[in-house]
Amino acid sequence: MSLTRDDVKKVARLSRLRMDDQQLDDLAPKLNTIIGFIEQLSEVDTDNVEPLSNVARSTLPLRDDVVNDGECRDAVLANAPESEEGFFAVPKVVE
Amino acid sequence: MTDLTNLTIASALNGLKNKEFSATELTNEHITAMENARDLNAFIVETPEIALKQAKAADARYANGTALPLDGVPIGMKDLFCTKDTQTTAASHILEGFVPQYESTVSGKLWDAGCTMLGKLNLDEFAMGSANTTSHFGNVINPWKDQTNPNIDLVPGGSSGGSSAAVSARLCLGATGTDTGGSIRQPAAFTGICGIKPTYGRCSRWGVVAFASSLDQAGAFARTVEDCALMLNTMCGHDAKDSTSSKQDVPDFTKALEGDLKGKKIGIPKEYRVDGMPEEIEKMWQQGMDWLKDQGAKIVDVSLPHTKYALPTYYIIAPAECSSNLARYDGIRYGQRVEGEDLTDLYELTRAQGFGEEVQRRIMIGTYVLSAGYYDAYYIKAQKVRRLITQDFDNAFEQVDALLTPTAPSSAFAIGENDDDPIKMYLNDVFTVPTSLAGLPGMSVPAGLDSKGLPLGLQVIGKAWDEETVLNVARNIERAANFTAKPQILGVSKAA
Repeated sequence: MSLTRDDVKKVARLSRLRMDDQQLDDLAPKLNTIIGFIEQLSEVDTDNVEPLSNVARSTLPLRDDVVNDGECRDAVLANAPESEEGFFAVPKVVE
Repeated sequence: MTDLTNLTIASALNGLKNKEFSATELTNEHITAMENARDLNAFIVETPEIALKQAKAADARYANGTALPLDGVPIGMKDLFCTKDTQTTAASHILEGFVPQYESTVSGKLWDAGCTMLGKLNLDEFAMGSANTTSHFGNVINPWKDQTNPNIDLVPGGSSGGSSAAVSARLCLGATGTDTGGSIRQPAAFTGICGIKPTYGRCSRWGVVAFASSLDQAGAFARTVEDCALMLNTMCGHDAKDSTSSKQDVPDFTKALEGDLKGKKIGIPKEYRVDGMPEEIEKMWQQGMDWLKDQGAKIVDVSLPHTKYALPTYYIIAPAECSSNLARYDGIRYGQRVEGEDLTDLYELTRAQGFGEEVQRRIMIGTYVLSAGYYDAYYIKAQKVRRLITQDFDNAFEQVDALLTPTAPSSAFAIGENDDDPIKMYLNDVFTVPTSLAGLPGMSVPAGLDSKGLPLGLQVIGKAWDEETVLNVARNIERAANFTAKPQILGVSKAA
């Protein structure tokens, strides 16, 4: 399978990465090299093999459903590029 | 006074206990070394004032008999660990100026054990790279020089290149690293030091900037196996804040170091004899087998049949997890922001300007393999092969106690050498990635020099939770190899 420039454009959009035409042209062959490399996996017989999503070797624990953190609004906002009156500030989203 | 930057952690702790020198003196000598070696670009931020404050507190504890396990030991912290009130960037422009409001669990444990923080160490951007050439803050330079071509700068390995360069050049006694596909072991091999990645789940990932969460694991760099064990003693342990961190008991790893290998079986995976591997590395591997045999081990040939599929599997799973983890960098809550006409515009411009080329490439690959129509063909397929790779190790460990392999397929190469071809760069991790996919402990220990005078490392791989055997085998290699060579660039002042 080979990615066209339009495919790369679509993936860039999904990735929320702005790319100009020159970047798309440069990236397409590089991505295709990597895709070609990972496609080796199609040789492997994986019938009846369960996917492995984590190697933690334990079941994920549950904790009590109680509040155990909080009251740290200013710390949460400390690194925000823009905040106002205790909130993150974003550009207008609803017209 | 003797050169304090040449001490091991263990000997420094002895000297501090016996009042041969103070923690302040020890830290000061390392601050000088760090400043002398700025050309290596190992540190993104130097924090001498923090280190000296911590050293003063350590000295007070030594004076009143309440010294902590690593009291007064100067270390470097990979700039992937969040450090409260000290900038943490993951070597990315997008996090430039980010000052964490909390401390990562692992770094917190090291400060609580008395370590002093010299600074935040450079790395590949978001730990994505094998040469430390993708950092927004510039390349890190390997303190070792190719004796046949001493004028060129070599890479220190990656992603933890600042860590490996700093420990090797005697700028700190130890350093933290993280290993997702080899980012501790390969840099350790390239700089002639020890580096261990413990079992997935041994160290809490809380407060460590995430790359690929099912693979990321913190670990230690130091110049001896014993020093790595000392650091692991402090770094490991369950943390309620990381649901994948294990409740497994943490032994005293230093107790595992003594003893020969009588009755131990060491596996040699035949698939690791890859095409084009330099003969010198093949020879070093054989030498390692002979050393272990001399210590009473039995060498057993084993097969890990899916080895050749480990890299393609990794380059689906790691980018997929990366694209998901890095979605958080949106210019809203922290990090850099580039204003746009609307919200989508802001996201796209912020991320395009904030992330470097390799990170963008991996986000793109990850997004593609997770996108509708391709998810099963790539991502699920890779997860299935990951199971096969893990089963290969399970089968091998039914026959043997540990595996011995080279750490990397070459010694350190020149900066820029593999930059043009991502696949060639990825091949650096051919021997380390399978262990990461299976979540197993692995360690690189220096074994000797090649004909260019550059260090080569041997890798010991163990069963899950069996760092003790890994450390024991590594200690036996260390003893036999008697590796005493030092890099050409050292932090100690020339006058000393």
